[in-house]
Formats: sequence, structure tokens, C-alpha cells
Amino acid sequence: MEATYNYKVVRQFAIMTVVWGIVGMLVGVILAAQLIWPTLTEALGPLAPYLSYGRIRPLHTNAVIFAFGGSALFATSLYVVQRTCQTRLLSDGLASFVFWGWQLVILLAAISLPMGLTTGKEYAELEWPIDLLITVVWVAYAVLFLGTIIIRKTKHIYVANWFFGAYIITIALLHLVNSAELPWALAGGSWLKSYSAYAGVHDAMVQWWYGHNAVGFFLTTAFLGMMYYFVPKQAGRPIFSYRLSIVHFWALNFIYMWAGPHHLLYTALPDWVQSLGMVFSLMLIAPSWGGMLNGIMTLSGAWHKLRTDPILKFLITALSFYGMSTFEGPMMSVKTVNALSHYTEWNIAHVHSGSLGWVAMISIGSLYHLIPRLFGREEMHSVKLINVHFWWSTIGVVLYIAAMWIAGVAQGLMWRATNADGTLTYSFAQSVAAMYPFYTIRLIGGVMFFAGMLLMAYNVWKTVAAGKAVNDARIPEAVAA
Amino acid sequence: MIDFAGSDFFSEFWHYYVAAFTVLGILFSLWLLSSQTTKKLAEGEQAEMMAPTWDGDLQELNNPLPRWWMWMFYGLIFFGIGYLVLYPGMGKYAGTLGWTSFKEWKDDKDAVDAEFDKVMGPYKNQSIMAVAADPKAREMGQNLFMTYCSQCHGSSAQGGKGFPNLTDAQWLFGGTPEDIQASISGGRIAEMPPMGDAVGGEQGAKEVANYVLSLGGKPHDAALAAAGQAKFAACAGCHGENGKGMAAASFPDLTDDAWQYGGSESAIAQSIIKGRKGGMPAQSHASGGVLNDSKIHLLAAYVWGLGGGKQPAASAPAVVAAPASN
Repeated sequence: MEATYNYKVVRQFAIMTVVWGIVGMLVGVILAAQLIWPTLTEALGPLAPYLSYGRIRPLHTNAVIFAFGGSALFATSLYVVQRTCQTRLLSDGLASFVFWGWQLVILLAAISLPMGLTTGKEYAELEWPIDLLITVVWVAYAVLFLGTIIIRKTKHIYVANWFFGAYIITIALLHLVNSAELPWALAGGSWLKSYSAYAGVHDAMVQWWYGHNAVGFFLTTAFLGMMYYFVPKQAGRPIFSYRLSIVHFWALNFIYMWAGPHHLLYTALPDWVQSLGMVFSLMLIAPSWGGMLNGIMTLSGAWHKLRTDPILKFLITALSFYGMSTFEGPMMSVKTVNALSHYTEWNIAHVHSGSLGWVAMISIGSLYHLIPRLFGREEMHSVKLINVHFWWSTIGVVLYIAAMWIAGVAQGLMWRATNADGTLTYSFAQSVAAMYPFYTIRLIGGVMFFAGMLLMAYNVWKTVAAGKAVNDARIPEAVAA
Repeated sequence: MIDFAGSDFFSEFWHYYVAAFTVLGILFSLWLLSSQTTKKLAEGEQAEMMAPTWDGDLQELNNPLPRWWMWMFYGLIFFGIGYLVLYPGMGKYAGTLGWTSFKEWKDDKDAVDAEFDKVMGPYKNQSIMAVAADPKAREMGQNLFMTYCSQCHGSSAQGGKGFPNLTDAQWLFGGTPEDIQASISGGRIAEMPPMGDAVGGEQGAKEVANYVLSLGGKPHDAALAAAGQAKFAACAGCHGENGKGMAAASFPDLTDDAWQYGGSESAIAQSIIKGRKGGMPAQSHASGGVLNDSKIHLLAAYVWGLGGGKQPAASAPAVVAAPASN
């Protein structure tokens, strides 16, 4: 029998990326509306508690990061590793297990978070039984991915796989350490509640070591892996610099590990930890930008394609947002800047320029490249709609982050403003009231981005309906490399 | 004031561990960058194309590091080294500037306090009623109120469910200047035990609630109120036969319009069945709060002047501000 690639798991994850993207962003839109109309969901009577802000906020973050972003990473990493290793995945059974296991994790999150079951640790809210399931699925994924690299037919490991590999190994480490917790049931309490193995400032430090590296490895390193395949593919150009990829890969992995304390500046965390967090966060600008440069410079000689190719527009705009937010992040970790920006909407602006501008846009661009190939089509049903999607998304993100920047700086300045007699100029409630116009602009931006996802769903639907699932993509003969 | 003089390290080992890893980490970054630092391409020179090809057409050029990026990276590393010489970071090494976040906060706060005490301090020597008549002091008092009190009592000071209205003339803990100052300084606690069993459950509570409404001359169900009259004996110990409470012991008057937990039949019945526990945290430094005496003096004057303040009792000497008794 002729050797083929396993496209089934890629197809499954690719479709679910679109589905979870819509779900996660819809929850985001509801949250944005709740901030303007706090009683919005109270009319739902007995259902209202399940949609209260405090419960669906973690639902939103988990859905967009781990369901949408996660599915995009599973789809692309399992596609890229096969094609660049010229071999089928290590095991079809394991691939199926990873897909269904991860969907089960998402389903359990979607049930338990609205019920109010949470560990209270940001981006690690899921309770211990789900944590155990995540561990099993993640180990299966690691075996599947790294095993496929081991059985590769090419001599060298392609650069995208370095980044995917680093992300898989590091996320395992982060999850295991941060989610160390004791079920309350061991002390006679509920089976659905656990307490962290760490206490006080140690718990905070472990949490933000995890939290920042979840951003660093899940949302940065992994998506750089995606970038390193889909940008040169779509641009039809060689990667700009192998040398640059070496420096920024190792520096990114090494330096990110130190940056967590910048989430805890001016807290009970000892000064020396805060300083280290700040210094290494600043150094992080360079390796972060290394990835942006390597992506954008790959376009040298192909810039004209940006005029006609909306997929490339998505990918390159994503890199621009990536560059912007990886400059912004280190700036915000400077203590004096942080004293103004911390606890304000500025953080929300920063997070969304990273998550919508970088993570979502690089994923969307990659999926538009990937989906036709999984269904035996030359291109998406409508390239014109991709272009419309691109503009809706771009304008949506810009509205979103500009509104939150202004809101955040205004908030920070209002909180610290004092009268001549030393009293605070504004009460907290006044600073909340000042947010309304910005919350409204943010909602408009968010709705535009969400509407773009609906457009994508339609385009994908038409592409799939007219196509035929590819299950026999032939693996070319290994070339001596 | 809390003393932060303790060391972050319980053994010398961890100090050296942290310092060594920091130095090695920075050296590693330097080594990594310098290992890939090469000359610029000469005029017209093309970057080398690396040999491997993946997935049909994926290839890599090997351009030198972009110069500006490379120098920026070196610059950031050297900035880091400089910062860690000046500031704490390498284990317990304190940095040449002697900076600590606690010291930064304390210097800031001391400077600010000294500055503001010049403005606020003089009012402390005036009586609270005199301060309340001073427009400038009232403005400061309002700003302080918005910062420290409005979260519970509302920006209009009219309270809400569970939080007393400060603008009416009905006071649980007294409305003289001294009473108000004592409430702010030492906080207050008020508690009513659950009385459901004593009045005969839900139905009994409903009857007593109607009787309570009748005592204040408010709309009520006469039959239920009549049935509740005898059961009110369980309440009279604190609230008095006539429901007028006992101001000296802070037992609330049930015949006025000041209902902290709601004055409807069902709200009163709830209070009877489940009891209530309310409290205001102490604000003065002496009681573990965050306000100095100047600020409390201004706040007491502002609250007294909101409209409900009572004249000090002429006969008895003013009660000295003391922590609240339970």
C-alpha cells in the first residue's frame, strides 16, 4: 500500500478550530456587553447565575486559548510535522485519542466553569479531575508529535517543529507544576474542589510563572511554529535567516522562563524576584522580534503578493501585531510603567492585541491555506470573502485595542490623581463611569471580529460541501537532505 | 508599622543559587548571541541557501542577523547587567542604590503625608461642628468620603440595604460629633440573634412583623398584628414594649423609617427568622485602620454636617472616642 499522510485528525481539529473560535468569541462579546449593561443576563431568571460575569469570564479565556487556539495548534502541528518529516503520524489511534480527549476536556470546561467550579488560578481554572485528563491527553500528544519526529524520513528537523516541540514539552512542565493541588475530598470535603499545593506568595509566583509561560509557549512559541510553515509556504519564499532562527529560538525559550514575576510588581513578591522578572522581560524584546523579523523578511521579493493574497495579508498583519505586543509587554514590565498600567484596561488591550491580532489572525490565515488542501480544493470557496474577513478583523482589533489603551491610561491616571489637599480627585466609581464610551467601542470592535468568524464559518462550509475529504495524500519519496 | 527587615533567604545556599543562575543566564544569552554574530554581507553578496528542502519547497537562507536587531539585543543584555548592579536581583545582593520597594513606598507616603498634614492638620484643633461649617474642610471631607466611605454608604451617603443612611437624623450609634468620630475610629458591630423559634416559625414571624409595622403606624394586617402582639414579648427585651428600642445600647427603634435591612413585611420577617449581623470596620491607625486622626476629624465633621448631626448633649461631658463595645 502506498504511504499516505493522516489528514483525518488535522481535518477534525481544523473544523473544530472554527467552531470553538465562534463559541469562545461569542462568550467574549457577551462579557463585553455585560460590562456596559451589568444586568443584561439577569432576565434569564434561574439560568442567570450560569452566565454571570465571574463564571463566564474564565469560560471565555479557556475557550479562546485552549479550545480555539489549542485546536488550531493541534491541526497545524500535526499537519506540519507529517509534511516536513515526510512520514505518517506515529499512530492513528493515538491521534484519534488526542482529538476526542481534547474535545472532552473542552466539554467538561464548558460545563464546570459556568457551574462555578474553579481553582481560582487564572488560565488554570479547571478542577483537578479535568487537570488529570489534560495530563493524559497532553502526554499522548507529546508521544504522537515527538514520535513522528523520531521516525522522520528527512535528515534535518524543520524549524517549525523546533517551536512546536518546545511548546509541547514546556506546557507539560507548566501544567504539572502549577496544577499540583490537593482534592478537598481527601479531607472529607467535595470531590469537585481542590486547593493549591503552594501557599501565599509562593502560590502567586508559581501561578504567574505558569501564566506568563502559558502566554510564552502556548500563545507565542507554538504559533511561531505555525508561522514558520505557513508564511514561507504561502509566500513561496525561503525563510530569511537560519542563523536568526537559532538565536531567537533558544533565547526565546530560555528568557521567557524568567519573565513571570512582572505580573507581580509592587506586591509582596520579594524585590529581587521582581527585578529579575523585569530585566529578563526587557531582554525578551529581542528574541520575540527575531521571530517577527524572520517572518516578515521572508517576504523579501514577494511583497507584491500582499496586494492580491488575503491569506498572506492575515499572516503578515498577524506578525505586525505580534511585533507590537511583544514590544508593549516588556515596556509594561518596567516598574515605573507598570505602576500606571497594572490593574487597568491597558492589560486588556495588550492581551487582545496579542490574542486577536497575533494568535487569531495567524491561525485564520493558516486555516485558509490548510482547509482547501484537506478537502481536495485549490482554494477556499470565496477568496473575496477572505478579504472581507481580513478587513473586518483588522478594523475590529484596532477599534478594540485603541479603545482599551485609552481607557487603561485614563483609568491609571484617574486612580492616581490627587487634589491639592492630598485627597484623591476621583472615587473608584467615577473611574468606572468614565469607561462607558470605551467599553462601547470595544464591544463594536469585538462584534466585528466575531462577525468575521461567522463569515469564515460560511466560507469553510461552502468549501467543505463542494470538496471531498482527502484521506490519501501521498507521501513523496524521501529526498536526501 | 510592619517591619520588613527579614531576609528573603533562609540559607546562604539559595542566595548563591539565585545569584549564580542569574549570572549564568546572562552569560548564556551573551554567548548565544555572539556565537551567531557574523560579518555583514558584502555589497552584492547573496546570502547562502541552506542545503535541506522540506515538503517540496521549504528552504532557508542564512542571512546574517539584522544589524540593528543584533545591537539592540546586546544593548538589552548590557542594560540588564547595569540594572542588576544598581538594583536588587542577584540573590540578597542589595544593589548599589540601596533601593527597596518598601522604602520607595514609605518615602513617597511620608512625603505625601507631611505635605497634606500641613493642610489637614490645623482643623484638628477646631471643634467638629466648627469644621463642619468651614466650606474648604467640607470639600476635603467629601473627597475623603468618596475615597474611603462611598463604597458602602454610597456617594450620596444615603446608604443602601445593609448600609446605614448617614443623611437622616436616625442614628444607631448616636449622632453627636463625638459619637460619629468614635464610629469612624473604632468601627461598630451590631447583631440580632435569629428569633424564628422564639416567635413560632414563619407564621409567627409574619405576625410579629405586622405587629412591628403597627407600632410604627404603618400599613399592616390588623388580624396578623393582633396575633403577633403576644409573641413580640420575645423582642421587647431589647427593642422595648413600645418598639422604640434602646438608643443607649444601640438597639434599633422599630417605629421610625430607618430600616437598614428593609421595612417590608417579608424583609422584617426575614430579619426575625434569620437574625442580622452588621458591622463597620475600624478606620483609625490605633484600631488597625488606614486613616490618621486628621482625616477622621474631617470625615466626622463632613458626616455630621450631612444633615442628621445632633448637638452634643449639654449636660454630660462629651464621650471620649473609644473602641466600640460589642
